[in-house]
Amino acid sequence: MRKKDNVQTSAPNDVKPHLWVDQYADYLFAYACLRIDDKELAKDLVQDTFLGALERLDKFDKQCLEKTWLTAILKNKIFDVYRKESSGLKRQSLSTASAQEGDEFFEPENGHWKDQHCPESFTVEQTDTLQNKEFQGVLQLCIKKLPPLWASVFVMKHMDDESSETICTELRLTSSNYWVIIHRSKVHLRSCLQKNWI
Amino acid sequence: MKKLNEQETTKIVYNCKKATFLIEKQQSGTITRIEKFQLELHLKGCEVCNIFQKQSALINQFVKNLILPEHHEIKLEDGFKETLQKRINEKMGKK
Repeated sequence: MRKKDNVQTSAPNDVKPHLWVDQYADYLFAYACLRIDDKELAKDLVQDTFLGALERLDKFDKQCLEKTWLTAILKNKIFDVYRKESSGLKRQSLSTASAQEGDEFFEPENGHWKDQHCPESFTVEQTDTLQNKEFQGVLQLCIKKLPPLWASVFVMKHMDDESSETICTELRLTSSNYWVIIHRSKVHLRSCLQKNWI
Repeated sequence: MKKLNEQETTKIVYNCKKATFLIEKQQSGTITRIEKFQLELHLKGCEVCNIFQKQSALINQFVKNLILPEHHEIKLEDGFKETLQKRINEKMGKK
């Protein structure tokens, strides 16, 4: 893929760190805020991304866009945060919670939906909703309500399109834990949307 | 062995928790043939899980639409940006 030998001649994508803040800071900040529920931390991550990138300017592949490169660095930093958030004590309490899963939404003896959690049709039109700012706000709020580990898994899967393998490795999850989390997150999220939107 | 399969099938036909679990797995394309058969049987008889399936796919779409940072009005404060650019410039100057 990479043609290292003619990089010098066919390289329109030089790094221009003196323009970084102007061109990418808001974008990267929004990117981080969508994935991390802490604005101060998001700011730090943007700063670390730029300063970290300066340390390895020599690693920049000129066939690649500056923006893509910086976003990839930021993404790795966000994964580090997820890893920290989902490790240790918090993780233990979460796995207990997921072991008792179903108690809230499904009847424990036969797995039927509990009456009060039964899905009902959304009353909103699909296409309108996709563009609707208010709805997006509700959706973000509902994602934030998930336990941190679940939210991390959910965001990595649905926003970042990461493979199950990558997510399991990054967050040190077994495959069966992963599927339990995917399932539980969706059941919670759907229910939250039903409560807060229709 | 056959009997066990029948039992398993009966369980899933009436079990919404399992069915919704399989719906999530299926959306990622990692469901076995037997699971697929069981899920289809369940969905034939369970309207509520049909609603869940539709909405689950819809949520995936919503989330995809949510992700583009360009669409968000979140901005960094100017003061923070200035300081940051200064730090970058200083670091560049040292190289």
